[in-house]
Amino acid sequence: MPTIRLDNLVKRYGAVEVLHGIDLSMEENEFTVLVGPSGCGKSTTLRMIAGLESVSEGEIYIDDRPVSHLEPKERDLAMVFQDYALYPHMNVAKNMSFALRLEKRPKAEIDRKVREVADMLGLTPFLHRKPGELSGGQRQRVAMGRALTRDSATFLFDEPLSNLDAKLRGQMRAELALMRQRVHKNMIYVTHDQIEAMTLADRIVVMHGGYIQQQGTPEELFKHPVNKFVAGFLGTPPMNFLDAEVVDRDGAVWLIGKGFELALDGEHAAAAKAHRKRHVTLGIRPSDLDFDAEAGNETSLELRVIVSEYIGAHSVLMCDCGGQQVVVELKSETPIPLGETLRFRVNPAGMHLFDRETENAI
Amino acid sequence: MQRATLNRMTPYAFMAPAAIVMVIALLYPLLYMVWGSFRDWNPAQTIGETEFVGFKNYVTLFYDPAFRESLSVTLRFAVIVVGVEMVIGVGLALLLDRNIRGMSVLRTLFILPMMIAPVVVGLMWRYMYHPTVGTFNRFLKSIGLEGVDWLGQNALMSVIIADIWQWTPFIFILALAALQSLPRSALEAARIDGATPWQQIWHIKIPLMMPVLIVTCLLRLIDAFKVLEVILVMTEGGPGLSTEILALRISRTATEFRELGVAAAMSNYLLMLLLILTALMFAYTKIQEAREARLRTAAEEDL
Ligand SMILES: Nc1ncnc2c1ncn2[C@@H]1O[C@H](COP(=O)(O)OP(=O)(O)O)[C@@H](O)[C@H]1O
Ligand SMILES: [Mg+2]
Repeated sequence: MPTIRLDNLVKRYGAVEVLHGIDLSMEENEFTVLVGPSGCGKSTTLRMIAGLESVSEGEIYIDDRPVSHLEPKERDLAMVFQDYALYPHMNVAKNMSFALRLEKRPKAEIDRKVREVADMLGLTPFLHRKPGELSGGQRQRVAMGRALTRDSATFLFDEPLSNLDAKLRGQMRAELALMRQRVHKNMIYVTHDQIEAMTLADRIVVMHGGYIQQQGTPEELFKHPVNKFVAGFLGTPPMNFLDAEVVDRDGAVWLIGKGFELALDGEHAAAAKAHRKRHVTLGIRPSDLDFDAEAGNETSLELRVIVSEYIGAHSVLMCDCGGQQVVVELKSETPIPLGETLRFRVNPAGMHLFDRETENAI
Repeated sequence: MQRATLNRMTPYAFMAPAAIVMVIALLYPLLYMVWGSFRDWNPAQTIGETEFVGFKNYVTLFYDPAFRESLSVTLRFAVIVVGVEMVIGVGLALLLDRNIRGMSVLRTLFILPMMIAPVVVGLMWRYMYHPTVGTFNRFLKSIGLEGVDWLGQNALMSVIIADIWQWTPFIFILALAALQSLPRSALEAARIDGATPWQQIWHIKIPLMMPVLIVTCLLRLIDAFKVLEVILVMTEGGPGLSTEILALRISRTATEFRELGVAAAMSNYLLMLLLILTALMFAYTKIQEAREARLRTAAEEDL
């Protein structure tokens, strides 16, 4: 199984540069997810790896072999497209076997392969249908099956689930995770949905504006985002951001903002002290706030509850903190009275500080 | 009258003028022709003075070697012309379906021949085919070859070449439009699946263009059966009967031989031929639509 490496990859359309030097290397058998908002260059990156777009600068290496001058078929990869890109005039079996038939493989082998994959994806009853006669979810499966019938070393997925409705998407996501355990291949998966990224990835690559913002395991990115963008992009509900000043007082380091004064613990205090600028942004995930009437002033926020949404296992509160909105996620089932001002303890390990100008983590 | 009835009649009231014009301008001459085809009719006579002869005109024609020759010329002309035009037109479309600078100018140039009036096309080619001062023979002689007897011995071929020159663009633009509306991602998928450019053409592009190509082909066939002006100007059907296509034969029968009844019968033969082609075309689109409807319902059932 080969490794794939992108070396300072640049893409220009005319005078417009949309990718500004992407450096990335993917290990064998790794499930890499490129995630980012729409228009950040994920598809372009993937299509360059596939060989569907030319490379403006830089190089793509598969197993240390430069491939940017090679045709897609010489790169040994399979791809699942966002709109599935099935061949409308071929039935499911023909769609899935197209690549093998082009290679002139023996008929028996082709049949066996198609049956095997169709079985795995539950497509056997539909083998003789044309794509037009299938529902969205089934077409999606055929697209997946077409990629699987070929024994390619690498699989590329471009937002394969984004055309499905929410329920089906959840189901297919689970199936993908399952398939991931059975099929040991390199997979590169593009999505704008951070939940897909978090649940499927071995390695997440967060992109924004044609740059890689951060890469690492889902846990690393969730716990230690390198900047405000990554922090706000991963996790639902998204992280709360509050403007604050770093102040030295009575030998301790304080974070003072509109409607709150928090004392920083040792690690954060040291970092904030080392960082010379005083204007920072405090980031706290909704799950790192907890209702606690007894909590001290210096470890808690005083929030006025505006809306409470009860969603089964937990509730989500929209609160106000000195004019800024703060979202809290509560595990407990204690009813929270609306309109009241309550204390919420801040999990010290869940505090993230960002420079207000550069937005980088401190 | 009730309001509802009135409402229902309104559309018909609006359509009535058009319907009346249709009946007068279209149906009346047509019926007149059919009626005339059963009569022995000289242009000097009004239709009331003519004698009813039943199917005699049709039967005579059926055994008339000149008519058969003319029918055969027409068939050969139409089949060869449309066949070659389809190949060249689709081929050009496949070749020029790319985004290179200057391509739009090239495309415009390619469709110019279609916009020239047929009579002008006929005259133009007649001069180019001229045995001594024509462009072609002068060129052939200048490179030391024998001149070709274009509008003499090879008249049908020459006429066919001119028609191909004029009408290939028609197929070219329709094929190009069909090509550009193909799903881009299916072609990209084919590239990833390892299809060479040729294989993409054979396995993906042509099959997906087929519905458009079939209708284009039928339209062109219908047109080719009715061709007249270019050939009239270039050869007047000669030499002998070698380029006397049906439309020309009909006109000569009516004017030269003064047999309006026979000419009408001949027109009806041509009309039947065209009707069959038109019916084929409609049948084809109907089948396509039915197939799509079936696909849709099947897809909805599985949701
Ligand atoms: N063919 C093209 N010509 C010009 N600009 C393009 C083209 N394709 C994509 N872009 C631009 O490149 C950027 C990245 O696009 P893309 O990779 O498709 O984003 P996404 O992350 O949503 O998949 C976008 O700003 C888009 O407008
Ligand atoms: Mg995209």
